[in-house]
Amino acid sequence: MNFFTELFNPSVPFIRNAFIASLLSSVLFGVLGSIVSVKRIAGLAGAISHAVLGGIGIALFLSVNKIIPNFPPILGAIIFAVITAIIIAFVSLKAKQREDTVINALWAIGMSVGVVFIAKTPEYVDPMSYLFGNILLISNESLILLAILDLIVLFLSIRYYRQIEASAFDEEFARTRGINTDLIFVILLIVTAISVVLLQTFVGIVMVIAMLTLPSGTSAYFSKNLSGMMISSTALSILFSFSGLFLSWQLNLPSGAMVVIVSGVVFLLFSLIKLK
Amino acid sequence: MIRIKEHKVAIQFNDVYFSYGDIEVLRDVSFHIHEGEFVTLVGANGAGKTTVLKLILGLVDPQRGKIEVFGKSPQYASINVGYIPQNINLDSNFPITVEEVVKMGLLNGFYREKPMKSLEDVERALEIADIKDLRKRSYTALSGGQRRRVLVARALVSNPRMLVLDEPTANMDVESERKLFSVLGDLKRKTTILIVTHDTGFVSALTDVVLCIGKSFEKMHNVIRHALEPVKDKPSDLYSGRVARVLHNTELPDNLNCCLR
Repeated sequence: MNFFTELFNPSVPFIRNAFIASLLSSVLFGVLGSIVSVKRIAGLAGAISHAVLGGIGIALFLSVNKIIPNFPPILGAIIFAVITAIIIAFVSLKAKQREDTVINALWAIGMSVGVVFIAKTPEYVDPMSYLFGNILLISNESLILLAILDLIVLFLSIRYYRQIEASAFDEEFARTRGINTDLIFVILLIVTAISVVLLQTFVGIVMVIAMLTLPSGTSAYFSKNLSGMMISSTALSILFSFSGLFLSWQLNLPSGAMVVIVSGVVFLLFSLIKLK
Repeated sequence: MIRIKEHKVAIQFNDVYFSYGDIEVLRDVSFHIHEGEFVTLVGANGAGKTTVLKLILGLVDPQRGKIEVFGKSPQYASINVGYIPQNINLDSNFPITVEEVVKMGLLNGFYREKPMKSLEDVERALEIADIKDLRKRSYTALSGGQRRRVLVARALVSNPRMLVLDEPTANMDVESERKLFSVLGDLKRKTTILIVTHDTGFVSALTDVVLCIGKSFEKMHNVIRHALEPVKDKPSDLYSGRVARVLHNTELPDNLNCCLR
């Protein structure tokens, strides 16, 4: 079967959905990833992405056991992700001296809670699909939610571009210009947490952080400003995602991992060229 | 030295106390400066100069006492202050052009900027700081002196009522230092200028008021006003050759009778 003919074959909608998901994810990888990179919070974003598994596990448990009737797991996961982001933001802003230890503890506790709740969920779901992604799980509902999140991220980053840029470049100066940099930080972590929930079906929790940093890290090598970095890393994300999907189809390998491998190899090549 | 009398108060500290945990930095500090004055705050490293600046800019709050900048609390007044930080080596990988750094000085909270007005202001600031030819260059590709001038333009772009410079001559070549003090000389009287420096012996001859802070002086953790005398025998590469000596054995009173309230 040819990848490109299957893309338009209505009897295999998951390929088309994967294609649309990679387009919609690329906006988040490019725009949000650039902000995460210049703000140097990849470590925090990594902690959030892993701790979010706790929320996903609890939401699945509550939903499948009908403890809260008609409770969509995705909504539960988003609510818990927001709570996780707020806790991590609070720790980062208030507990500067012990930040590393506390954030790492939250990372591990979040993941462990997720594994325990998923194990206790009657229709046992393999946690591997959350950790490494499962392209078959991409539903129309996930695509709509991804599109809404794209619009929110695009609106916030265009409307508040200068404020985001200033708070990342020189936070102290931004504060003297009346910008609430803590608010930007908290919103950024919340958006990152929600993105992780929506992106995990595509590349998985473990690899979301790679996709938030590798395309933006590659475009940082040639971008003159943050907006250029956002546009070029979105374009790179589309390229990496399509190439990864194509290779996974051709070689019958996991798609999320292939997307990350393609992105990582290109990033390392750029790093080598720049080091010379 | 020219004394400015019957001027409005720009900054006023009243019995200000500040500590970082158990480490006391400022104890019962009271001083004031007037609008239009050129003030130099001197003190050894670790004396508390940067803390005084952070208090003036509203970046930290005092544990006791009261601070007013242009009659308002520092958080509300900072929008009228142009701040040039000591650290010019901001993120070395940040993709940003000189023009974008300068535009940052026009930000006012989460409000939108006015494009036409900002264009004129940016042009003027680039002109004053003599960096028009650098506008499209990447900030991280500039030398230390050029970066400092970009940050001067960023501070001037909003037409601030006060300019605050933290160790402005650090990492600066002689030519850039000359250009900076020439800009400051032009701004004198029109804008209140506060310079912070660790050189406790000599200050720029543009200085109207010198304030000393810290442990190396008689009063611990306090800010004292000293007298100055012109110096002619200093090398010309310091403050572009226009230098004044700080007379540490004098203490001028912090008398508010001279001020319009």
